[in-house]
This record gives sequence, structure tokens and C-alpha cells, in this order.
Amino acid sequence: MPVITYRDALNQAMREEMQRDPTVFLMGEEVGVYQGAYKVSRGLLEEFGPQRVVDTPIAELGFAGVGVGAAMVGMRPVIEFMTWNFALLAIDQVVNSAAKMFYMSGGQVPVPIVFRGPGGAALQLAAQHSQAFESWYAHIPGLKVVAPATPYDAKGLLKSAIRDDNPVVFLEGEMLYNMKGEVPEEEYIVPLGAADVKRPGQDVTLVCHSKTVTVALKAAERLATEHGLEAEVVDLRTLRPLDIPTLRESLHRTNRCVVVEEGWPFCGIGAQVVDDLQREAFDDLDAPILRVTQADVPMPYNKHLERAAKPTPDQVIAAVRRVAYLD
Amino acid sequence: MTAAPEQDQTLDPGQRDEYLALLRRMILVRRFEERAGEAYAQGRIGGFCHLYIGQEAVATGSLAVLRADDYVFAAYREHAHALLRGTSARAVMAELFGKATGCSRGKGGSMHLFDAANHFLGGHGIVGSHIPIAAGAGFAIKSRGTDQVAVCYFGEAAVNIGAFHETLNMAALWELPTVFVCENNRYGMGTALERAAAVYDVSRRACSYDMASETVDGMNVLAVRDVMARAVQRGRDEKLPTLIEARTYRYMGHSMADPIHGHYRTKIELEEQKALDPIAHLQHAMTAAGMLAEADAAALHADVEVEVEDAVRFAEESPDPDPAELYADVYRS
Ligand SMILES: Cc1ncc(C[n+]2csc(CCOP(=O)(O)OP(=O)(O)O)c2C)c(N)n1
Ligand SMILES: [Mg+2]
Repeated sequence: MPVITYRDALNQAMREEMQRDPTVFLMGEEVGVYQGAYKVSRGLLEEFGPQRVVDTPIAELGFAGVGVGAAMVGMRPVIEFMTWNFALLAIDQVVNSAAKMFYMSGGQVPVPIVFRGPGGAALQLAAQHSQAFESWYAHIPGLKVVAPATPYDAKGLLKSAIRDDNPVVFLEGEMLYNMKGEVPEEEYIVPLGAADVKRPGQDVTLVCHSKTVTVALKAAERLATEHGLEAEVVDLRTLRPLDIPTLRESLHRTNRCVVVEEGWPFCGIGAQVVDDLQREAFDDLDAPILRVTQADVPMPYNKHLERAAKPTPDQVIAAVRRVAYLD
Repeated sequence: MTAAPEQDQTLDPGQRDEYLALLRRMILVRRFEERAGEAYAQGRIGGFCHLYIGQEAVATGSLAVLRADDYVFAAYREHAHALLRGTSARAVMAELFGKATGCSRGKGGSMHLFDAANHFLGGHGIVGSHIPIAAGAGFAIKSRGTDQVAVCYFGEAAVNIGAFHETLNMAALWELPTVFVCENNRYGMGTALERAAAVYDVSRRACSYDMASETVDGMNVLAVRDVMARAVQRGRDEKLPTLIEARTYRYMGHSMADPIHGHYRTKIELEEQKALDPIAHLQHAMTAAGMLAEADAAALHADVEVEVEDAVRFAEESPDPDPAELYADVYRS
């Protein structure tokens, strides 16, 4: 099977969907001539031309709204935000327009649109450029929220997102673009709303998504070799709708759970997971569910402070030892 | 499309000291940025680092006419603005290195320089977001009835952000003493202005709001100074805003991580613009007018070299912030 990067997997997904459906177009800053700020759209302008690969002014609110309008009349826009930090300027169109239109029109006007781009912290980009907004969008009824962790999932989920008739917020990991993984030659899709067990285990469930899948997998390796614990790593992949059945099944086997996420703790994705599981899997739990998150501060620039602010395998291991009552 | 330099500009012998000061400041900015670029390549500066090389005349000429009590706001390409506002080269370099002695105590980095004592209020990373903020300082000035001005620096790509238009309208409507300085270096990252704007002349945008505006050769420090002096006067005396468009050019890539030329601009264009170098421009004009002996010029460069090397050494030797700093300053207690 070919091994490609997460970046190229996203590129393939857009290319294939644009070939398949002439109503799909890509719009955003630097997506065309510059080949994408992170080169995700490389070659698309050359293949599909400027009417379908559209460079915009720096006008996030404006072009997000243009996307919504085009979707309302039958197109399938893919709106790229250079990063999700800048999408804050467009959140009115995402939340007040895209997410609401189908409902408030009484089901007359669907908005099949994908808002995508990289989120989360990279390296030393400081407070305004290092933010994971998953829980912000997951809060909103009417939006679907996706955050893939591997090239395989990135491609399959983006294809599903483009075909979905609802607005989909698709958060990529800036630090994942160079990650390599197997992606089949033949066409496939990954359905929205399905979590995936990335590593089986029977002692503890590690719930994660996007970049923290790598953190959880690293912790799981060390838990096995250094602590004699087999962790099951469950990648949520889609944050709304949340795949509670898969989590419940895992917990039924492990009876212990740690939720890892890149965002801040307050009202985070983990808070939602804990809320669901304490109701749905109460009898399976042998310990309170613990969470590992970013420190509850804006991201500092200094590299040592930044490292201390991010969730690490060490923190995951410490939390697992606590839910296993080893510490 | 940069306005042609006024090659035959006559220099006033009575202003020699001021010319010298402007020249030194531009050389300081240039040398500081070159050393920052080197430190970035060595991995001692992280994150995004946007250099100001090529644009020195804009910040140097315009900030020269401000008073210490005026307020200054800038975007993320702001090392020069902090330095010219009076933050020491040491404190700026230490911030780029993320050290505790940096002007933002290592927490802001290159894009978020702050020096409240000098009324330098950032260092903003979201394009256009500081334009209304600067007008807010203008609003406060007006409320207090002083004759200060607020000044905002931003790139030409920022004028396509809604906040720019919202702000110009309010600043004109409420007559806020604010100077909006658009540094038109022709590109927002890899997008030429003409590919992103229906109207090329940024200064014409002021017409919609009936605001005073001027376009100036941003490679000519004296021209920038004079235009800025008029705008600041308009703010102080008449409490009116101005939009200045300074036509300039950046000689480096958008940030240290971006190519200097390539898909979006040619090497030939870059070389043409380098012939308009703002520092060489003033230096030649002064030499031609007999105001600058070769030895004077050499002394200026040597003097700046000492200041910048000292800043680098200081930044290197400074400590990282204490780990407890991670949780400090989220709230004021
Ligand atoms: C709202 C927003 N959108 C996108 C970006 C990413 N970005 C950073 S700088 C930049 C180009 C800005 O160009 P310009 O305003 O001309 O300033 P210059 O870099 O040329 O000084 C872009 C697109 C951002 N920081 N903020
Ligand atoms: Mg620019």
C-alpha cells in the first residue's frame, strides 16, 4: 500500500472529490498560486483552474459567507482557513449562518459546506496562533466536527465531509501534515461519527483525537513495557456526533479511562466524554475518569514554558497510574 | 508600482543632525534584523519571525515625529517599531530568544512585542485586529481631552479585512485622533495586492469615509517623516484621523519560513527594488550634499554593530523565564 503524508492524503481527497463532483470548489487564502500556506492544495489550481481553486483576500468573514451562500444554492464549497485561529473572524458565518440555516428554514435549505484548515499548537507560535478549538464548534447543534489523526483517516473523513449535506468543521493538525501512513490506492471513505480503536488493550481506555492520538500511543507503549499495563487507545475521529457506543464497549472491558486532548480543560471535549460515560457506563467504572489537557493558560512563546503547557505521554502515564490505583 | 524616489530631493544643511539620527536608526533596524535572521537560522529564535528589511524608512520616518506620550500599535512585523519607539535592542532581542529579560518577558516572542512604558502596545498576530484597537486609544485620548495621537501600523493586505472599514468609519464619524499607517509592501504573504483588492490605491479607501489620506514613497525616510508630521498635526490640532499609504517593499520572505521569491514574485523584481534601498538612498543623498564623510558613515555602522552584538550576547546570556511563569499573568490579581 502506498505510504503518503497526511498533507497529501488531504490533497488526494480534495482532488478526487473535485473530479467526481463539479459543484465542489476550494476557496481560501493562498490556496492557488502559492499552492497552499501548508501546501495541502498543491497542484489543484493547475488541474481545476481559478474558478474552482479560488485565492481570496484576507477576509475570513467574507469568504466564509460567500461559501455559505454558494452552498445554499447548490454548490459544495470547501473553505480553507489558513489556520483556525483566523477562523475566529468567520465564526459568525459558521455558527449563525451555516449551522442554523437548515433548521430555521424548517428543513428547506441545507448547507453542504466544509470548513477546513490546521488547528492546535505548532512550535513557539505563541498565544494567538496556538489554539485548539474543537470544543467551540462541537458545542453547536447543526455542525459536524471532525479531527483526524492519521493520513488514512484524513483522506477518508474529508471525502465523507465533502459528500455530507451538513456543514462540517474539519480540524487538521498543523503538526500532523508531515506524518506518513498507508493510504490505499483504491477509493474508500471513512464514515463520520465513528471512533476507531487504534490499539487494543484491556487495562485502561485512552480516549483521544487528532494530535493526542500520537501522545496516547506513545504513552501506551511505555505503559506496556515499563508498567505492565495494556492501554486501549480509542481515537474519536469525529467529535460531533460523538461515538459513545464504541467508548462504552471499550470501558466495559477496561473499567478505567483517561481522556487526552490538546485544548483547554474548561468545557473541553473531555468534559463531554466524562459526562456521557458517567451516565452510560457508571457500573463499568472502577475509578473516576481523569483528563489530560493543555495547561489552562494562553500559550507562552518560550519553548520550555510551551513544552510544559502541552499534554505529554508522561502526564498520560501518571493519570493512568492513578486510575489504576498504582499511585 | 512603488512611487518613484525623489532622487533630487535637496537636503537642508540645518537638519544634518536629524538626518544622521534617521540614518543611524535605519541602519540599526537593518542590522538588528539581519542578526535576528541569523539567530533564527541557528534555531535560537523560534516560531514565526517576520523581518522588516527593506521597509526601514516607513517606521523610522513616521515614528520620528511622535512624542513619548503618543500610543503606537503594530502588527507582527514589528521589531523595528519597538526599537524605534525606544525599547532597547537588548530587550527586543531577548524577547525573540524567549528570555525572561525580553520586553514581553519571553511570553510573547517576535509577534508580540510590548513595552507599555514606551506606549508601545503590541505586537498583534491576527491581521487587522489591532486597527480598531488603535482607534480605541484614539477614543480614549479624545475623551480625556489631551493632544496625544494613536498610531496604527498594518500591511496592505489588512485593508481587505472588515475591521479596517468598520474602524475607518468610526474614526471619521467620531473624529478620533488616530493615524492609520498602511505599509504597502505589495504582498500579503504570496498574494500581490492587485490580486486581492478591487482598488489598488489603498489611500483611496479613505474616500468612503471622507477621511484625509496621503500616499508617500515609503523608501524615502524624509518624505515619510513629512507626511506623518502633517497627519499627526491633524490629529493633535483638529482631532481628525488620517490614512497614510506608504509604498514600500520587503526584501526578505514573508517570514523566515517562507521563500524570498518564487511563485508570487520574480527575482528580477526583487533586484529592481533593492536598487531603491532606503538606507543607501539617504546615505548617498547625504554624501552627495557633503553632509556625510566616508569616515562618518563607517563610524555609524561600527557603532550600530556594537549595539546589536551587545543585544545578541545579552539575549544569549539571559535566563529563561521561571517555570512558574507559565501560570502567571492569566489574570491580574
Ligand atoms: C485574520 C488573519 N488571517 C490570516 C493570517 C495569516 N497571515 C499572517 S500575515 C499575512 C499576510 C499579511 O500581509 P500584509 O497585511 O500585507 O502585511 P505584511 O506581512 O506584508 O507586512 C497572512 C495572510 C493572519 N495572521 N490573520
Ligand atoms: Mg504586505
